[in-house]
Amino acid sequence: MAEDRRSLIRWLLGGGFTASVISFLYPAIRFMNPPRIPEAAVNEVSAGRADQLKPNSSTIVRFGNRPVLLIRVAEDEWKAFGAVCTHLNCTVQYRPDGHDIWCACHNGIYDLNGRVVAGPPPRPLEEYAVRIRDGEVVIARRV
Amino acid sequence: MLSAATRRRAANWLDERLGVSAVREFLRHKTVPLHSATIWYYFGGITLFLFVIQVLTGILLLLYYRPTPAEAFESVQFIMTRVEFGWLVRSIHSWAANLMILTAFIHMFSVVFLHAYRRPRELTWLSGIVLLALALAFGFSGYLLPWNEVAYFATKVGADMVASLPGIGPPLARFLRGGEEVGGATLTRFFGFHVAVLPAITTLVLLFHLALVQKHGISVPPKLEAESRRRGLPIPQMPFFPNFFLRELMAWYAALGVLGSLAAIFPWELGVKADPFAPAPAGIRPEWYFLALFYTLKLLPSHVWIIEGELLGLIGFALLAVFWALLPFWATNRQGEIRTRLVTGAGVALLAYLSTFSALGYWR
Repeated sequence: MAEDRRSLIRWLLGGGFTASVISFLYPAIRFMNPPRIPEAAVNEVSAGRADQLKPNSSTIVRFGNRPVLLIRVAEDEWKAFGAVCTHLNCTVQYRPDGHDIWCACHNGIYDLNGRVVAGPPPRPLEEYAVRIRDGEVVIARRV
Repeated sequence: MLSAATRRRAANWLDERLGVSAVREFLRHKTVPLHSATIWYYFGGITLFLFVIQVLTGILLLLYYRPTPAEAFESVQFIMTRVEFGWLVRSIHSWAANLMILTAFIHMFSVVFLHAYRRPRELTWLSGIVLLALALAFGFSGYLLPWNEVAYFATKVGADMVASLPGIGPPLARFLRGGEEVGGATLTRFFGFHVAVLPAITTLVLLFHLALVQKHGISVPPKLEAESRRRGLPIPQMPFFPNFFLRELMAWYAALGVLGSLAAIFPWELGVKADPFAPAPAGIRPEWYFLALFYTLKLLPSHVWIIEGELLGLIGFALLAVFWALLPFWATNRQGEIRTRLVTGAGVALLAYLSTFSALGYWR
């Protein structure tokens, strides 16, 4: 009888202690999990005047929260790609000498269609559409 | 001047309340084995000393540092250019961090080559591995705090490596970054980890590690133990206090000299402020202790069969880390004998891999 009572008390104390630890930990763990902040959907951005970018040069444009690499390949040829390397998330850059897109972090190289040419990137870059509207460069998501 | 009788009375008063004589008695009996490899015993203490330097200089830096993307870089710049000796304090903090990881690695490899991980010191080894992982976490979190270009991309790469792990990766990366991308939330988080979470965990694990070192005493290499048994002569010992303690103190002074010289002659640079909308600069690379991993990931092709090269590399590293952490358990055969050749071979191979790939990662 005394044994039963003791084991019941032990069970109650142990269970109560475990439950209280869980009740402390659960809100702390939930607190550490960052809330999801909805991102305003951006489908199109203006990248400034077309005459500001010379042929065979590039710039990085803010597309919502993401960087986009805008390249003026030739006088009338424009390209835009998501500037985030598909390997480990570094920001890529255009190399005018090699006419390619290069990631300095792990030496990944893409061609001007966004395809992987060399190095470790596993996937091509995301391509964006570029239009010139009244002398202004407009970058849009491809549908 | 206090008389001898007064001093004795004061000592007795303190002893009654603090039990100083028990500590004195304990220290009188504590010894350290004296042999040709005794020098390697000092590196654990030097690592501890550098950790203390980190804590002290870190507290000083906290007086001026501001953990927001708008102010972090400028506050470190302010420390280095306007605060008296600010450049020195920051330089010592950065150099001591690197030296601490170096001495921790030396300590770990000395434990391997002297076979000090063997029974009953398995938990001492495991707690040491946890401490090394914590030191690397300190390095990774602290690297971002100046909010410069190199640190920003290093953190992006590090967080993306975590994200690429199957299953647990994406939520863990969100937790680390404080969101989907490296930004202000990441900086605040890393600051919190660096100055509160990691020091608290490290202190607890460190106390556990030191308590185990205390409990089991200092290990003697099995070769010397066997030789002493064969000859029937005990291994020479030196008293811990004051002999070993004073030698350790001299080692700390030497470490302080090296640290002070490096910090003064090669002040730690701040670099360029991070810009999330700028490309990663040419020649970017992580801190030296992540170079082997960095270079391995650089060498791996995009796909190996159907697995992405990056994932394969990470799985390989994770398996290697687990295999290494479990060293005391595979180092002993069923008869309880140490496979000294296997362990020494594995140690040499790991050391060769880490040093070669780190050098290649630095120069290529």
